[in-house]
Amino acid sequence: MTPVLDLVDVTKVYGDGDAVVRALDGVSLTVNTGDYLAIMGASGSGKSTLMNIIGALDIATAGQYHLDGIDINTLDEDALSIVRNRKIGFIFQSFNLIPRTTALANVELPLAYRGVKRGERRDRAKAALTAVGLSDRMHHRPNELSGGQQQRVAVARALVAQPSLLLADEPTGNLDSWATADVLKLLDQMHDEGRTIVMITHENDVAQHADRVIVLRDGRIDEDRLNR
Amino acid sequence: MNLFESFRSGVQSILANRLRSGLTMLGIMIGVAAVIVLVAFGQGASNSITGSIEGLGTNLITVFPGTAGGSQADANLAVKDLTVDDAVALNDQVLAPDISAAAPTKRALVSCTAGTLSHSTAMVGSWPAYFAISNSEVSEGGYFTNSDELDGRRVAVIGKTVADNLFDEADPIGKEMTCNGVPFRVLGVLVSKGASGFGDQDDTIIAPLTTVRNHLTGIGSLDTIAVQAASSQTQAQAQEQLTAVLDARHDVEAATRDYQIFNQASLLTTVNQALGIFTALLGAVAAISLLVGGIGITNIMLVSVTERTREIGIRKAIGASRRVILLQFLIESTVLSLIGAFFGLVLAFLVTRVEVAGIQPAIVPASVLGAFVISVGIGLFFGSYPANRAASLRPIEALRHE
Repeated sequence: MTPVLDLVDVTKVYGDGDAVVRALDGVSLTVNTGDYLAIMGASGSGKSTLMNIIGALDIATAGQYHLDGIDINTLDEDALSIVRNRKIGFIFQSFNLIPRTTALANVELPLAYRGVKRGERRDRAKAALTAVGLSDRMHHRPNELSGGQQQRVAVARALVAQPSLLLADEPTGNLDSWATADVLKLLDQMHDEGRTIVMITHENDVAQHADRVIVLRDGRIDEDRLNR
Repeated sequence: MNLFESFRSGVQSILANRLRSGLTMLGIMIGVAAVIVLVAFGQGASNSITGSIEGLGTNLITVFPGTAGGSQADANLAVKDLTVDDAVALNDQVLAPDISAAAPTKRALVSCTAGTLSHSTAMVGSWPAYFAISNSEVSEGGYFTNSDELDGRRVAVIGKTVADNLFDEADPIGKEMTCNGVPFRVLGVLVSKGASGFGDQDDTIIAPLTTVRNHLTGIGSLDTIAVQAASSQTQAQAQEQLTAVLDARHDVEAATRDYQIFNQASLLTTVNQALGIFTALLGAVAAISLLVGGIGITNIMLVSVTERTREIGIRKAIGASRRVILLQFLIESTVLSLIGAFFGLVLAFLVTRVEVAGIQPAIVPASVLGAFVISVGIGLFFGSYPANRAASLRPIEALRHE
């Protein structure tokens, strides 16, 4: 079976000459379907860069990256946007919902970009919002929702298009402990349903929810351990 | 994401920023309204002037005595007066088949009184045919006849202004008025033609030529011979026949011609050309305000792109392609511009209901269509730079934007 993520010797270099920064220095990583991986590391360790590359938002300078068997390094910008739409569901630290747009419309958006018809889109978005427990908040705008609720909308949006990978970047970073527990419970639930999750975090107790934890230091994998 | 979806999202984002959208639309609205209104005023002015030229008569050709060189040249040549016989000759259906009627005229400045009221005006002495030639119909009463003309009866048909000034509210038909001491009986009142660039066309009295000559002016040269071509298509032929007849009678040729011709059709053409240029200039000035409105759109859309950089980043992260972002912003600017154009149109329709300086503006359909097409063009053109900027934003940088 093809792994969901297959990174071989991925390197990312910023700048040139004396100012060159090796944000990633030969990272190799395989994630299979159903895995729940946490990527940890201090700031500057390269975890944001890794997240950008895994999320097909950026291209590695060297090395191989296959997502669901697709060679990401060879794709142009438009093809990358299609890959992001089909394969990846993003959950961001700062929620990143579209302002002045209802929760329902936010969740519908990935489906709209995929070309799903309006009626079906609406049904699927409603189902996704119901799944994250927000059936009574569908027509609220982001500024009318609490942080935890906004992040749940973001989870619904990430899930609605049935992506191969859920990519969460510090999903609890802006949340209080109640909402944190809430969102982590949701992710656990998704994991139990067989979804592949990659989560970036710097908090140990958050990382505890994952099956496997890798720790980055200076752009290299410093530690790769299994929980439980 | 199809076009309709992009359209919806464009409208949504316009509605989400009502104040900003409204202010941007204002520019386009004023521009479109200005174009339509100014062109409508130009057209209105044109209609009014054309109308009053046509009010002078239908297919009218007027013959004046004298050479093109003026009185100095006249003195050197043996200038013959225009005579009643000239007018009779022009009515000859064999020599001038394309002339339907010709009537001599003699003007007299008169001061008339009726009861306690008085009024000064110009009296035109002519034949009954003059009514048809000069588009003068009576609204009340009747015309004078050939026998009135032959017998030199003191009867007259008066314009609306004269009727109002001499008879006030009373019915003038059959009443008597005294002009320069000569009593006239009023036979009819003319249909009002209104005031125009040529003065008040209702301030006139028409009386039999013989009467005017006998009692007011004496038998001198005629002022004009008013000639009517059989139709607007045969004006040129009518004018040729007219010159042929008069040249023969006056024994002149083109170089020594002792009369001049004023052709209503050629005046209309000239005036319409001049007015067309005038209207186009007005439209061009207004189009500048549309351009300024367009620049306003670019400005606002650029602000909008900057303000929504993060939103664009989010959209790109969840799978919006360059094309979708480009389309979204283009549609947004075009819809903005179209809505502005729509309100501009409404404004223009309201403004052009008002009559200004006696000119009733006439909306030109082409200007409405043009303003709409141009505003769509403006939306696309002035929106394309900001939209391109939005579309080419890199998602990670856009997402980092606060």
